[in-house]
Amino acid sequence: MATVLKPRDYKSDAHINWCPGCGDFGIVNAIQMALAELQLPPHKVAVFSGIGCSGKTSHYIHAYGYHTLHGRVLPVATGAKLSNKDLTVLAVGGDGDGYGIGSGYFVNAGRRNVDITYVVFNNSVYGLTKGQGSPTLRKGLKTKSMPEAAIQDGVNPLALAVSSGYTFVARAFALDPRTLASLIAAGVRHRGSSFIDVLQTCPTYNDLYTAEWYNHTQSGGPRLYRLSETGYDGKVKDPSDADEVVAKKVQAITKSYEWGEKIPVGVYYEVDLPTYEDALAERNPRYGREALVDTDFSDRDLSPLMDALR
Amino acid sequence: MHTGGERSLGHDDLTWLIGGPQGGGINAAAEGFAKAATRAGYRVIANIEYHSNIMGEHSYYRVRVGRSGHRNVSERVHVLVALDDETLVGERHAAFPGFKGHVQEVVPGGAVVFDANDGPGEHGADVLLCPVPYLELLEEALKGSSREGQASRLKVMTNTVAVGASLALLDFDLARYQDALRAEFGGRRADLGELNAKAAALGYEFVRERFADGFAFRLPRVSPPKGKPPMLIRGAYAAAMGKLKAGIGFQSYYPISPATDENVYLEAHQRDQGLVVVQTEDEVSAINMAVGAAHAGVRASTSTSGPGLSLMVEGLGFAAMTEAAGPVLVLWSRGGPSTGLPTRHEQADLRFALQPGHGEFPHLLVAPGDVHEIVRDSYEAFNWADRYQMPVMVLVDKALGTTFITTEDLGLDRLPPVDRGPRFREGGNGDADYLRYDFSDGIVTPRSVPGQAGGIYWSTTDEHDPRGHITEDAENRIRMQDKRMGKLELALREIPSDRFLTLHGPKSADVTIVSWGSTKGAILDALDILAREDKVKANFLQIRIMRPFPVSAVTAILRAAKKTVLVECNYDGQLGLLIREQTGIAMDQSIVKYDGRPFSEEELMDGLRHVIAEGPGRLMVSHRLG
Repeated sequence: MATVLKPRDYKSDAHINWCPGCGDFGIVNAIQMALAELQLPPHKVAVFSGIGCSGKTSHYIHAYGYHTLHGRVLPVATGAKLSNKDLTVLAVGGDGDGYGIGSGYFVNAGRRNVDITYVVFNNSVYGLTKGQGSPTLRKGLKTKSMPEAAIQDGVNPLALAVSSGYTFVARAFALDPRTLASLIAAGVRHRGSSFIDVLQTCPTYNDLYTAEWYNHTQSGGPRLYRLSETGYDGKVKDPSDADEVVAKKVQAITKSYEWGEKIPVGVYYEVDLPTYEDALAERNPRYGREALVDTDFSDRDLSPLMDALR
Repeated sequence: MHTGGERSLGHDDLTWLIGGPQGGGINAAAEGFAKAATRAGYRVIANIEYHSNIMGEHSYYRVRVGRSGHRNVSERVHVLVALDDETLVGERHAAFPGFKGHVQEVVPGGAVVFDANDGPGEHGADVLLCPVPYLELLEEALKGSSREGQASRLKVMTNTVAVGASLALLDFDLARYQDALRAEFGGRRADLGELNAKAAALGYEFVRERFADGFAFRLPRVSPPKGKPPMLIRGAYAAAMGKLKAGIGFQSYYPISPATDENVYLEAHQRDQGLVVVQTEDEVSAINMAVGAAHAGVRASTSTSGPGLSLMVEGLGFAAMTEAAGPVLVLWSRGGPSTGLPTRHEQADLRFALQPGHGEFPHLLVAPGDVHEIVRDSYEAFNWADRYQMPVMVLVDKALGTTFITTEDLGLDRLPPVDRGPRFREGGNGDADYLRYDFSDGIVTPRSVPGQAGGIYWSTTDEHDPRGHITEDAENRIRMQDKRMGKLELALREIPSDRFLTLHGPKSADVTIVSWGSTKGAILDALDILAREDKVKANFLQIRIMRPFPVSAVTAILRAAKKTVLVECNYDGQLGLLIREQTGIAMDQSIVKYDGRPFSEEELMDGLRHVIAEGPGRLMVSHRLG
């Protein structure tokens, strides 16, 4: 390729209407940086988003953009990816979108291992409807916009992702776009369903998980630390070794409960397994050779089907 | 009530009914017989009634056989094959019994084949009773084979003994049925095919020797058609054929009766037809995957039933709002509301299918009335989806989906060409200029698909500007809503008028029957009977495309009609409500049915004769069949 693509080549001209200081800016910048790192032609990329503040992300990226329905982003992205396996498909949405109204799709997308990357903007509040508690807000917590503290507990998205079957599970921080960008790029490179939970601030409604909270514990140091710096290795070396797979899953789930004074970021779990598309290609070799959208079905012969009914 | 003349109808109109517990081999037995009869040169219509249950509840298959062919089933049973006691006398322990057994449906001169261990129950006069020792004959059939002594374990095979026994009464070519059995069991199970053929022969001989002499209703050898035999096809397969011919690439579904037949049929043909079928976690996922596939440029579809549509409506609005080229949604309607009657028939989803979701958005709704129309409409639905960039719904039902009928030809060679609608071509206007939702030049904008250079666009379920970005601007809203809704007007102008409706029978008549969908066959048969037996000149307005509604054509026909009779399988007379809403014309009379079964010939004739003789404005009919 003659020209080198820069992050700005993935910026659309749509007006951004997020609140000043919103964590979403860091995530959209990181996506653009990741796409530049991967040097993907914008027209080969499709970004699917759910509903909520995060849902607007697809409008802000110069690529095919689909701002879909609340909670349904994964099925839509799945349908598109299976129809054109040559596309790079990103799905984005909030934690309410993905772990609340979309929780069934979150779990079942993991079972399939379609080659897509799902980035969740996790800020523990429903921002666009003015600050109700979301599925990751823990029991007993109360943000400033909530009349009462939460009396239902929060979900653990990383543990849920690992047990659902995602083959790349990571956590990152919206206010560290450089690290986030490299994780998104790694997720896109990974063949299979990649999931990245992004801890994100909502300066308007979440007065608990603020930038200050993430950056300074009571003892003074940052709350977030990188798994890679502790010798943690989430990658399965031999995917055919069932014991290793289970051990790495348990390790990731255990790690995902580390929340409080210290919160780990980075890749929790990774395994190379055949994708859903691989299984389709095994069933029908033509699927492996060409994208479904490019397949000409005008030569279909239905006479054997009719003969079977005679 | 049945005269001796009935016997002379002989092989042109004969109903053979087999009943037994679910899981007892009813389907295999009836479909084997129906196929054998088709191959022998007869025309068949075969309708199954079954419970939402895996094993044990009463199910039955009604197979009507003749030379000229009927389009509806009849209650007049000539040969009843009972695999259990309930088939004969109904459920003895039912708290609120309505169905009292099929023995009462047997015509004078007819016969009942039943297990020698059961009593035949209360039956009409002049009914030939044929007790057959099913299990003993099966034991004999297994003798000398590797399965000797396993008759109790293979009890399901008594169905072939029973069918074989009934064929002796009919003087039907046993070898044809045996061929159908052998075809059913191939490969490693080939020995079972042979054993079944032997079991059928033993049943046949048992009855031939004892009962068959002088039995009046016969299906003797006739000269079968030359060349390939006709097909025996059901609506579920017809829909799949239409979709495959249209070039479907993607189908997503969640298991639900009665849509599963079509979905599983397509699933079974993924390898040889190259499509992808995804079984999803629910109907919401199914429709949204199909919308994603349609946006990606593949011909995409999903099939469901009423409860599934209740979950899918959000996705239909999404497809329409983002002007996706599809998906095609096939709705296999069943008895509602809520879970309702999962395996039974009803046409009660019309009003819902007309407005499936909140807000105002365009979609096309077509309701085919037989297997040929299902092929055509399932095929052309994709052309309309591409041409108008909106979801297209094909409304069918359980009766159409499951009823088998003989046909020579599905009309696949006479379909209009594939039309993918306006497409964006790279370099046509350059990246910067491409507006996916341009409203300045026509109302259907050429569409690009992801992956296409120069075609990048955005789309959103929010109101949006021509580029696809969110806007709440009032002027833009008006123009965008005009663009979307205007597609209905466009479709009404462009689609040939004969695709919207058909006036069957004479142009002018004393009675005009008005209906839609699966009642077509019943009404066409009724027109013949009315003319022949009642000397009533009737015609039939079948409305097929419901949205956009062909207001002027329907108005013209109904204004000219002398007496209108609405016929529908629902409580409200929903098509009547739609016609009144669209044309201001009210139906004179209506016949409705909502007992979960399609109209039998006799039910419809009772209803028509009653209302034609100045009966009530609204008449509910039901013969409380099993």
